[in-house]
Amino acid sequence: MNEIPTPGSIGLSREDLPNSYIGRSVPRPNVPKLVQGRATYTDDVVLPRMLHAAFLRSPHAHARIVSMDAKAALRVPGVVRVFTGADLAKVCDPWVAVLAHLKGMKSAPQYPLPLDRATWQGEPLVAVVADSRAAAEDGVAALEAEFEPLPAQLDMETALAPGAVVIHPELGDNLVFQRTALQGDVDAAFAAAHKVVEATFVTARHTGVTLEPRSIIADYNRADDTLTVHHSTQAPHMMQGVFAQQLRMEEGRVRVICKDVGGSFGIKVHVYPDEVAVAAMSRILGRPVKFVADRFESFASDIHARDHRIKGRIAVDADGRILGFDIDDLTGIGPYSVYPRTSAVEGNQVVNLCGGPYDFAAYRCTTTVVLQNKVPTCQYRAVGHPIATAVTEGLVDMAAQAIGMDPVDLRRRNLVRDDAYPFTSPAGMKFEGLSHHASLDRLLEMVPVARIRADQEAQRRRGVYRGLGIAAFIELTNPSPFMYGIGGARISAQDGATVRMDPDGSVVVASGVTEQGQGTEAILAQIVAHGVGVPVGKVRVVTGDTQNTPYGGGTWACRGAGIGGEAALQSAIALKEQILSVAGTMLQAAPASLDIVMGEVVDRATGTPRISLGEIGRIVYFRGDTLPKDIAREFVQTRHFITKDYPFAFTNGIQACWVEVDTATGMVRVLEHWCVEDCGRVINPLLVDEQVRGGIVQGLGGALYEHCVYDDQGNLLTTTMADYLVPMSAEMPDIHVGHVETPTKESLLGAKGAGEAGTAGAPGALMNAINDALRPLGAVVTEMPFTPARILRALGTI
Amino acid sequence: MKWPAIGYVRADSLDDLWRIQAEHGAAAQVLAGGQTLLATLAFRLSDPKLLVDITRIAALRGVELQGGVLRIGALTRHAELARDGLVAAHAPLLAEAAPLIAHPAIRNRGTIGGSLAYADPAAELPACVVALGATIVTASAAGGRRIPAAAFFTGLLETALEPGEIIAAVEVPVATQATRSAIREVARRSGDYAMAGLAASLEMDGARVGAARLVFFGVGAGPVLAARAGAALQGRVLDGAAVAAAQASLAQDLDPPADMHGPPEMKRHLARVLVQRVLAGFQPETEAAA
Repeated sequence: MNEIPTPGSIGLSREDLPNSYIGRSVPRPNVPKLVQGRATYTDDVVLPRMLHAAFLRSPHAHARIVSMDAKAALRVPGVVRVFTGADLAKVCDPWVAVLAHLKGMKSAPQYPLPLDRATWQGEPLVAVVADSRAAAEDGVAALEAEFEPLPAQLDMETALAPGAVVIHPELGDNLVFQRTALQGDVDAAFAAAHKVVEATFVTARHTGVTLEPRSIIADYNRADDTLTVHHSTQAPHMMQGVFAQQLRMEEGRVRVICKDVGGSFGIKVHVYPDEVAVAAMSRILGRPVKFVADRFESFASDIHARDHRIKGRIAVDADGRILGFDIDDLTGIGPYSVYPRTSAVEGNQVVNLCGGPYDFAAYRCTTTVVLQNKVPTCQYRAVGHPIATAVTEGLVDMAAQAIGMDPVDLRRRNLVRDDAYPFTSPAGMKFEGLSHHASLDRLLEMVPVARIRADQEAQRRRGVYRGLGIAAFIELTNPSPFMYGIGGARISAQDGATVRMDPDGSVVVASGVTEQGQGTEAILAQIVAHGVGVPVGKVRVVTGDTQNTPYGGGTWACRGAGIGGEAALQSAIALKEQILSVAGTMLQAAPASLDIVMGEVVDRATGTPRISLGEIGRIVYFRGDTLPKDIAREFVQTRHFITKDYPFAFTNGIQACWVEVDTATGMVRVLEHWCVEDCGRVINPLLVDEQVRGGIVQGLGGALYEHCVYDDQGNLLTTTMADYLVPMSAEMPDIHVGHVETPTKESLLGAKGAGEAGTAGAPGALMNAINDALRPLGAVVTEMPFTPARILRALGTI
Repeated sequence: MKWPAIGYVRADSLDDLWRIQAEHGAAAQVLAGGQTLLATLAFRLSDPKLLVDITRIAALRGVELQGGVLRIGALTRHAELARDGLVAAHAPLLAEAAPLIAHPAIRNRGTIGGSLAYADPAAELPACVVALGATIVTASAAGGRRIPAAAFFTGLLETALEPGEIIAAVEVPVATQATRSAIREVARRSGDYAMAGLAASLEMDGARVGAARLVFFGVGAGPVLAARAGAALQGRVLDGAAVAAAQASLAQDLDPPADMHGPPEMKRHLARVLVQRVLAGFQPETEAAA
């Protein structure tokens, strides 16, 4: 914070300074509503004349739809109408998910319901609309569909081979995108290396599992030609544009309302065919249509992610200097690239992020993105980061072992120096300011390494195998238009906030960023209370309504605090200046001699209260006649913010994981976990810590349990919470979180993103910990999730 | 994931139940704890026309000591098994098993009768009742039967129950000073179905094993009594050699299928580990440490 005093900057503890909320663990104002069951999720919204949709989903991974007889379904009591792909194509255009700046990228047109062919098991094919969801499901059960199963292309390794099933013949092959980043003379670096270590890593296909499933109500009103969509989404304005474009409407006639959202993790920032189908059906019917995915549908149609096979090599010299990374990434993304962010971004991120924390000369990384007949994949929390971090940090640990160097020492020797910024990585990423060494130092203060190593030694003598693993990472946050906008996607990198003061002195902020349970509204209230000078309880927050908030991108890529927060701060400061200008006139004092503290205008020098905001509000709104005619009396201020100097605000951090492996059963128990992360200015330490902890749990879940398992026919086998194993509290360790703060200079607030750091680093730290535990037994695992079967295989037991 | 339209009726007594069954025949489906049935309805995997709620039938409730057996009513909830004093004293294997079953919400509703009648091959209670040599007491309009637990489980999700017949109670021979029992399982997360589990009940003859019943779950079509492994222990002191002999016999006792968690050889391996760990718990500490 450059101009606004913080408690630290004036020598006070965080709690001492009235309405200095930035940096304080203010309780979240929306928590009582959430825990008392008084939130408004999309499914809680009930509209007059509302209908319910259910979908017939493909039972095959790849099949031609031979015929579809809806006569019996239409006779089911309560069923109103049945829609096929051809029905919806009359009012809804298909979309193609490519970005212009991802050179050579291709994908096929996707309709809300396919016209004649199913391309993954679970794809929505036919919609039944009825008076209730139960009746709609009865209708789906009564549909008589005939399919001609087609050979399915499942294995990403064979997607480009001769004889592969080309999923979309018009594309010519199954290649969606390929990119190689090259820096330095890679072959020479590896040829001259003291040691070269290589390994193949597999990150499992998994999914986000939001507590609240995807939910939507579309309400097309013929009387005024408007479409109002209640939607569980991260990006209301983006969806406004999508619905308008696909349904051939003016954007201004579409309103997206997004009240409470029960978790998103990136799952709810994509365009789903069943959701667009709901909008199209409402457009045709002129009635509200609701669709809430059930858990089975969620597993079979929410985006999956992280289905990668990565071959990696690292070259080091005899002193442990990293000379180069050489990496080949392959990922299968399902039959369509997902609109509008595209499914090439995850692989592209692997290329951007591998080797990210380190200073080295030679880099080669290729990603190859291919089609397959499985659920489409796209961006899920920490897009590409857990993959890049696990590969990088796995190779670094292997290199340390190969040259007999302590893995901490090897990292210290190679991490980009804290005084080296601005710094451009071999992958071409520009870093404004990171703190790898300070973070490592902080981690080593928290982790009792000597005690752990002594315990490890003692336990090994008893046949108990414990291991410590660490993983440094970088995280891409606060994206500029360089992420999506330059590729042609109508995804706003800019966000705005409108802050106003009402007659009683209370403050309302309307923001384009959104809340999904992580506390966005809490930090907006804190920032605005701080910026204006009122108690945080005096601030109300409006998000998630395209008609009532400034246009913005929503919350994703950890941009809520850094982008939305800065817009809120700037508009709050502008409102404060405006209030002080009016107050100066009223009090016949220079505005600069006044301040606002806890809702009172005070004399800046003495702190003496002069007039309350409520009294100012009363005079301005009800007795405006008593003020000079030409006074500016707008107690509403709007500011927008966009990052300009750097394409992204990179953050960094480092994690450590301490595990015990039961070598008889192959079971892994995580004993303790640590994370130090640097998200710049910490606005609310409690929320940041919980974001880090939740992210770590999601990362550990992906590395230990979560896996979308397919059989060899392309049937998804993990379609319930009993089969798809999410991490549960009983298996999760104590997680210790520490911070280093390197604020970005791009904004007054100085905040960068914090929501994905935990997920980025946890799988790599866990993998290194398991391999540290298994080292005396000569076993190494690099394929996630690290199941008992894989560990027993690595041990040669089975 | 909505249920199809279904009728519901509550039976207040066994006679009430027989009357409803006579009226509706095969269309009537008995509902007890509902922890499996209700999920299959939501998935539309079964399509009964009428649910007959038996949870108010007093004759199916209660735990009591009757001479040398502990009679456990079919409606006894898993959570009740875990906290019942009689169960803890006379059938400690069941008390030890209860916390391994799923999660508290399920244990508060699921019943022992429901678990046995469903006969999931990875469930704990079928293996326990076979290990304990229990008797399944049934009831039907035609009269009841007494079926040894080992003969009750006939295949994958199949039992000896006839149409219209329900489980009324389980009778468990009470544990003696010479009884040693234990249950262990390997599950991905606490509360998950086991990748492999072992319920064991041994009758000791001094320091030697008189009889041993080792019953595995999660490794076959139902609870699998490892007869050869049990025989290998008979008459032996529980030392390392006895454990090894039991482990070696498992190769003939078990023929596990592959599942999503791993291949058959993993289940065989886990079964050997479970034998070692369960029997180690019965050994004097000096032996166990060796």
